[in-house]
Amino acid sequence: MNTSGPTLAIAKNTFTELVRQKVFFFLLIFALLIIGNSAFMAKFSFQEQFQMLKDISLGAMSVFTSLIAILATANFLPKDMEDRTIYTLLSKPVPRYQYLLGKLLGIIALLGVATLLMSVLFLAILWLRESTVLAETRAQLQGASAEEINSAVKEVTNATFNANLLPGIVIIFIKSTLLASLTLFLSSFATSSIFTIIMAAALYFIGHLQATAREYWLSGVNVEWWSRLLPALVALLFPDLQAFNLTDDIIAGTAVPMALFLNTAGLGILYVTVYFALAALVFSGREL
Amino acid sequence: MNGRKFLAIGLLGAFGAAILPLQSLLQVEAQAAHFRKAGLSIDLRERIGQAGFLAALSGFRSPLAAILWIKAHTAWENTEWGRMAGLFETVTTLQPRSLTYWDMAAWHMAWNASVAALQNEKQPSEALRVRAQRAYIQLGKDFLERGISNNPDRPELHVQLGVLLRDKLEDHCAAANEFFKAAQFPDAPPYVARFAGYEMAKCPGREREAYHYLRQLYQAGEKQRLPTLINLLRKMENDLDIPQADRVASGAESLED
Repeated sequence: MNTSGPTLAIAKNTFTELVRQKVFFFLLIFALLIIGNSAFMAKFSFQEQFQMLKDISLGAMSVFTSLIAILATANFLPKDMEDRTIYTLLSKPVPRYQYLLGKLLGIIALLGVATLLMSVLFLAILWLRESTVLAETRAQLQGASAEEINSAVKEVTNATFNANLLPGIVIIFIKSTLLASLTLFLSSFATSSIFTIIMAAALYFIGHLQATAREYWLSGVNVEWWSRLLPALVALLFPDLQAFNLTDDIIAGTAVPMALFLNTAGLGILYVTVYFALAALVFSGREL
Repeated sequence: MNGRKFLAIGLLGAFGAAILPLQSLLQVEAQAAHFRKAGLSIDLRERIGQAGFLAALSGFRSPLAAILWIKAHTAWENTEWGRMAGLFETVTTLQPRSLTYWDMAAWHMAWNASVAALQNEKQPSEALRVRAQRAYIQLGKDFLERGISNNPDRPELHVQLGVLLRDKLEDHCAAANEFFKAAQFPDAPPYVARFAGYEMAKCPGREREAYHYLRQLYQAGEKQRLPTLINLLRKMENDLDIPQADRVASGAESLED
């Protein structure tokens, strides 16, 4: 039996459905945010402008992808049940895991396109601002030596774009797919989308504290066993979302070693796979 | 159904236990590469409020820092120096790897706030104005020193500290040391090595060392042979009584600055 056919068909359908729900309208808000930000920043020095443009754009990218991941994933199962499309689909020879996989792939495709579009917009604004600042710098340095001009140009280009932004954006995408997969796991046993959204939002915050809880638990602090139980549970049951926050330091100019990037990406993919497998396990026994 | 739920949670716990070493290893790897070093303490919680702290904990340190930086800029426009210093403190705690924030915070304190304090018409006592000026310069120096300790792999803040020590505190020996430290970095701009020599030449007791250092720079190639360097070498050769045969700058071209 060809298993990829139905999965891809469901993925394509999920993607189209989400596009029809005007999910991409958030791009307008994103564009307004970074264009407005870039215009407002004109009174700052160019170093400050670029720093803040990157801070706010990548932060917004992370917020939007996380929101899409949680809301889109939390919504599909209750919606399919309400529309009764799930019954039509599962009455065909389509295993339940394939249905879930198709849905997840559709959402991942949406997240991929959204990340790509936001990145293009962000990089275009960054490039435009860089061109403006470079033109101003060259005009101010008319008559200066070639060495001085080159040094000033280098200062501007160093403050604008660095190749490490790209792995940072990839990690934002992987973090959003992790959230989608985690929300899928939650929705596999949840009875309403509200429950799933609230739980996913709570897990988002707890996930960012997982590393702190893990450190506390493993540090061997001499305290009562019960006060170490909670951090132990957090460390064991929740994902370490702090591991995916590389952009804060990338924006500041820290270079990402390839090994760190690959290990973080690998951890993200592992989380996605495990949460999907658990979602499939629970969903396979669910009464519909 | 319930059985599967419990099985899933059990498996999740087992998976969590299995990847604990991986997570710890990744954290060590990240910290070695200068990631995830920002310390989010109770003190910071008090300064940025509950919502801000939650945002910082949730991976939005950098947008929060940008917003606070805009607030600091508004404080600057209103010449609220004390408020600015507090906001800079918070921003640099949130983004300790951002050289721009350390550099600009130090510049605002050591240059703008210190001059404003000295010219403060509301303070009739000159002694107190001078004291306030020194306090702001010291605050600027403190920002740069903490910036350096958070960014030991970058030369830029060493250069800025050298400039502050040279121009604001006139401590040429310490300035020479900072420029020299910056010059050791492979990506340091070439003028930093010259600055180290110029300041060393003004440091009592290090004149001969400075001469040999500047001489090495001169011999390094045409790019370093700028009028200031050649003039200084010529002056030092006279002051230090260097034998004619050993002088490097004696035959140099016209040395107008």
